[in-house]
Amino acid sequence: MSDQDVKDWISKQIASNNIVLFMKGTKSAPQCGFSMQVAQILNHLGVEYEDINVLDDMGVRDGIKAFSNWPTIPQLYVKGEFVGGCDIVREMFQAGELQDMLNEKGVASNAETQTA
Amino acid sequence: MAMAATEIERLILERFPDAKIEIEDLAGDGDHYAASVVAEEFRGKSRVQQHQMVYDALQGNMGDVLHALALKTSAPQQ
Repeated sequence: MSDQDVKDWISKQIASNNIVLFMKGTKSAPQCGFSMQVAQILNHLGVEYEDINVLDDMGVRDGIKAFSNWPTIPQLYVKGEFVGGCDIVREMFQAGELQDMLNEKGVASNAETQTA
Repeated sequence: MAMAATEIERLILERFPDAKIEIEDLAGDGDHYAASVVAEEFRGKSRVQQHQMVYDALQGNMGDVLHALALKTSAPQQ
């Protein structure tokens, strides 16, 4: 894929999924401690999210860093908005802000979508 | 690959001369750090923006020679 194709592909993932986690490994088998921490937080909160393993594609691995202007993986997107990496997500979770934000955006685990 | 704590501190101070910086070498291997940066420049910025400013100060070393830097940023308490 060209740089532009990668950018378009990333945009599409972020637009078509409420919560997207770009990570090393998968949510069930993380391959980096930082990715694991964020996956564990999301798993703990019981939210639905799309995990994208950047180790599968070098273009996406570099592309997401340029896309977000953020030098490290993992990267969390909620409703198309970049939330942060491991430190920020953990800090927000510990302060209860992550849960509030997910509620506000209507993507928390007890949203109607789950009972449908 | 690794980076000395003094070098991290120097780069951050270059950008934020009045910042209060604490750096901890988590594993003693010069490759896994935790840094706390308190700088007036962060006031009014989101966490993402604050971290981006620090990454920018590190001039591309983050995610490259510097694998792990747990960051905590804030503006000084008023």
